[in-house]
Amino acid sequence: MYPGLRPVGRPRRSTTEETLSQYQPATVTGWKVRLRYTKRDRLRFASHRDLTRVFERALRRAGVPLAYSRGYSPHPRISWAGTAPTGVASEAEYAELRLEREVPVETLRNELRAALPEGLDVAEAVPAGAGSLEERLLASRWWLELDGVAPGETSEALCRLLSRDSVEVERVTRKGRRVLDVRAAVVSADSVDPTEYGVHLDAVRDRHSVDAPHTDDCPDRARQYGIIVMVVRHTTPVVRPDDVLNALRVVADLPVPGVARATRLAQGRLDEGGAIADPLAQDRAAAGSRQVGSTLG
Amino acid sequence: MVTGSWLNSGVRRGTVVPVRHPVATLWHVPVESVYPRLEPLLPHVSKPVQYVGGEPNATVKDWDETTVRWCLMYPDAYEVGLPNQGVMILYEILNEQPGVLAERTYAVWPDMEELMRRHGVPQFTVDAHRPVAAFDVLGVSFATELGYTNLLTALDLAGVPLRSRERTDEHPVVLAGGHAAFNPEPVADFVDAVVLGDGERAVLEITELVRRFKAEGRPGGRERLLRRLAEHGVYVPGFHEVTYRPDGHIERVRPTREGVPHRVFKRTTTDLDEWPYPKQPLVPVAESVHERMSVEIFRGCTRGCRFCQAGMITRPVRERSKRGVEDMVRRGLEATGFEEVGLLSLSSADHSEIGEITKGLADRYEGTNTGLSLPSTRVDAFNVDLANELARNGRRSGLTFAPEGGSERIRRVINKTVSERDLIRTVSTAYASGWRQVKLYFMCGLPTETDEDVLRIATMAKEVVRAGRSASGRRDIRCTVSIGGFVPKPHTPFQWAAQADPDTVDARMRALREEIGSDRELGRRIGVRYHDGKPSLIEGLLSRGDRRVGRVIERVWREGGRFDGWNEYFSYERWVRAAAEVLPPLGVDMDWFTTRERTRDEVLPWDHLDSGLDREWLWNDWQDALQAREQEDCRWTPCFDCGVCPTTGTDIEMGPSGRPLLPITPVRDGSPVPNTAFDTPSGDR
Ligand code: SF4
Repeated sequence: MYPGLRPVGRPRRSTTEETLSQYQPATVTGWKVRLRYTKRDRLRFASHRDLTRVFERALRRAGVPLAYSRGYSPHPRISWAGTAPTGVASEAEYAELRLEREVPVETLRNELRAALPEGLDVAEAVPAGAGSLEERLLASRWWLELDGVAPGETSEALCRLLSRDSVEVERVTRKGRRVLDVRAAVVSADSVDPTEYGVHLDAVRDRHSVDAPHTDDCPDRARQYGIIVMVVRHTTPVVRPDDVLNALRVVADLPVPGVARATRLAQGRLDEGGAIADPLAQDRAAAGSRQVGSTLG
Repeated sequence: MVTGSWLNSGVRRGTVVPVRHPVATLWHVPVESVYPRLEPLLPHVSKPVQYVGGEPNATVKDWDETTVRWCLMYPDAYEVGLPNQGVMILYEILNEQPGVLAERTYAVWPDMEELMRRHGVPQFTVDAHRPVAAFDVLGVSFATELGYTNLLTALDLAGVPLRSRERTDEHPVVLAGGHAAFNPEPVADFVDAVVLGDGERAVLEITELVRRFKAEGRPGGRERLLRRLAEHGVYVPGFHEVTYRPDGHIERVRPTREGVPHRVFKRTTTDLDEWPYPKQPLVPVAESVHERMSVEIFRGCTRGCRFCQAGMITRPVRERSKRGVEDMVRRGLEATGFEEVGLLSLSSADHSEIGEITKGLADRYEGTNTGLSLPSTRVDAFNVDLANELARNGRRSGLTFAPEGGSERIRRVINKTVSERDLIRTVSTAYASGWRQVKLYFMCGLPTETDEDVLRIATMAKEVVRAGRSASGRRDIRCTVSIGGFVPKPHTPFQWAAQADPDTVDARMRALREEIGSDRELGRRIGVRYHDGKPSLIEGLLSRGDRRVGRVIERVWREGGRFDGWNEYFSYERWVRAAAEVLPPLGVDMDWFTTRERTRDEVLPWDHLDSGLDREWLWNDWQDALQAREQEDCRWTPCFDCGVCPTTGTDIEMGPSGRPLLPITPVRDGSPVPNTAFDTPSGDR
């Protein structure tokens, strides 16, 4: 550091966030690929900006022929679909990359996985088909662990929440104080009693998840805790796991811990039965039904 | 999870290796990851990702398979500490050794400290979240003195007694290094040992001593280990006694154990090409202050700026060859994927082959969105040429020059020789070649400085804007003036100087602002950045203090002092109050350490610590400064006998290196790293 000068505040470059474009403008060349990636373990504490930085460097390290925007400060053409908040794990995050040319998706996935730090993993890579990815990400299935709350209390509180027509909570966003109707966004919510499943808890979660969750994300079994599996519609602003916790505090006097562990298990469009449809299914079909394996190495 | 080769490192990266069984050593410390206890705290602190580790290129080794274990600390926040080159270099050198493990720890922010205290979580490493107290050596790198209170927090959170003499065989050896450690006396009570100078070889020697000591069954315990370190040239403050005269001056400093040398000499790493570290720089997940990869292109500087401690204590100049630099850039980018490479040194434009190096790198990485930067304080046309080369594909936004002093007289005092005419000519060249903003660095509070010298900065800044307008033909020219308070440092000719008191400095700054604003039209084009003079005074107390200042540090820390390098945490009043309470009973005070000029015969607290500079030469250079007499650079003129080369058994190492340039194969594929895996025809196999 320059003598006599000290770090003041945090000068930062800004990470440009593109919105997912529906169609490629005719002037832009290149090839688009869509990724499902995970955010697990310690890296659940990474913010969206942290993740974009880590991803961009991993892509460069892996030698991926990324396309960059033009202009004085070119940035890589990556579109991030609404990412899980800091502290929240996910098995189903989505991004779209634009490369300078087509590459084998399997190679892309493998090279990128080797370059990413543990916790971030590319579960699927599929050449982008027609249509917008963002428009398919309309709801999430969440797994919420309430430390120190008995399963009975949890299900009781859920019943109360679901029996209401509307439960409003406040959240301070960048645009100021916003009131969210949590009840309106919750499509379904069930309480899972971990004691009923004993050591097979992982298996329970696996049934709900597109991928096997990592064991580090599971709580200490010796402690009392309630578990909620719920489907939440993406509203604006989006209802996050802590908003649901706050709503539970409103309807029931739950001694809910400040922050619960939360994991996004799946994201996609809601089908008729309230289940979540795979948002990459169309792309996969278009790419010749050659699905890239989603097994973990 | 992700497996497979990780850039030829033979160890697992970024994983917590749970150590299930307490290690059976004499320490009897169960070494388990504290992560399960830490994790519940993370959602409640700001930027939790800084505490989780797992960065690309981080190393985690099995505890039980190693015998010498280092914990390396940078005593500031993670975002400042992670990019630190010193820690990164030693971390990698140590982890390359079989049987040796090194992990990192950083200062935790007060919100985290409070939670750790409440929940009994000890100071931990970010690599495997092991408790710091379990390591053999806690190596602390002090780039500045403002990390001293953070050291105390870390020791306390680790459960290690603050004072060296209260530690037992169960505690790590607390070892200080870094530039501030050239006067470690203010923290002499808190550290066990100090290494002066370059750490590369020193850490390996210390490792060997610790390994042998443990293999022998720790004969003689902690005292004996420290004796062995002292006998091998490590400074152990506890083995040196300081006595004081009734007037508060130091009477003498002498060793209290047989076999402990009187003087301690600095270490010098030679042939930088042999030490191409870091080979795999750490890539932070959290935001950090330097979002780039650094390659040190040379060490040392003999321009002889009299205020610059770094330049004085790192002599002589040792260059890395151009081939060595290019190799490090290529390997580093392959290992990190960074978007920018910084060519680091004290004055990078002075590398004898810098022109070829920058041209070669700019050609190779053109079209890969990889930026190049280099810090340089030179004020000449060559600097502009270099900057043009570095920015040939990007926007020419801002260019920095460091005249350091406002008037030609004061620039001769500090030996930063540049005439105002040359400066204006250089700046005009910069504006003419498309740069729109020029930033000028200055210091205020320099020895012999008058109000006139400082007001001259205003004249210069206005002249710069005028020259810029006529050179570029545009009116939207900007000039930023950035001014730091001068702090006299040990091992420099100004070590005898009186520090200017904050009121004088602040008054000169006010006058300067008024002077700049007096011409409203030009004044609007000139930005002034200045930090008030108070923090500099405390930095001065810590820089030139002796062991008595240690009590002030401890008092400040007990009253909540943390993160003194951060304006939002630094409290001038707390330091002044503590100094006023602690020092007068010892016959000294704040002014005695800061604004008092020292005499030739006075025993300075660091006189027994040898940076290689001849004390007589330093004194003469100080006298030359007072006469505004300049000193040349020994790289281009004959040796002026500063004493460093003969004392340290070294010599200037510089180009031409005669090694061939890398063939310049432009990469150009959106990424600086060519990967043949993507060369296969498209479509899935
Ligand atoms: S001893 Fe001579 S050559 Fe060596 S650094 Fe000093 S002045 Fe330069």
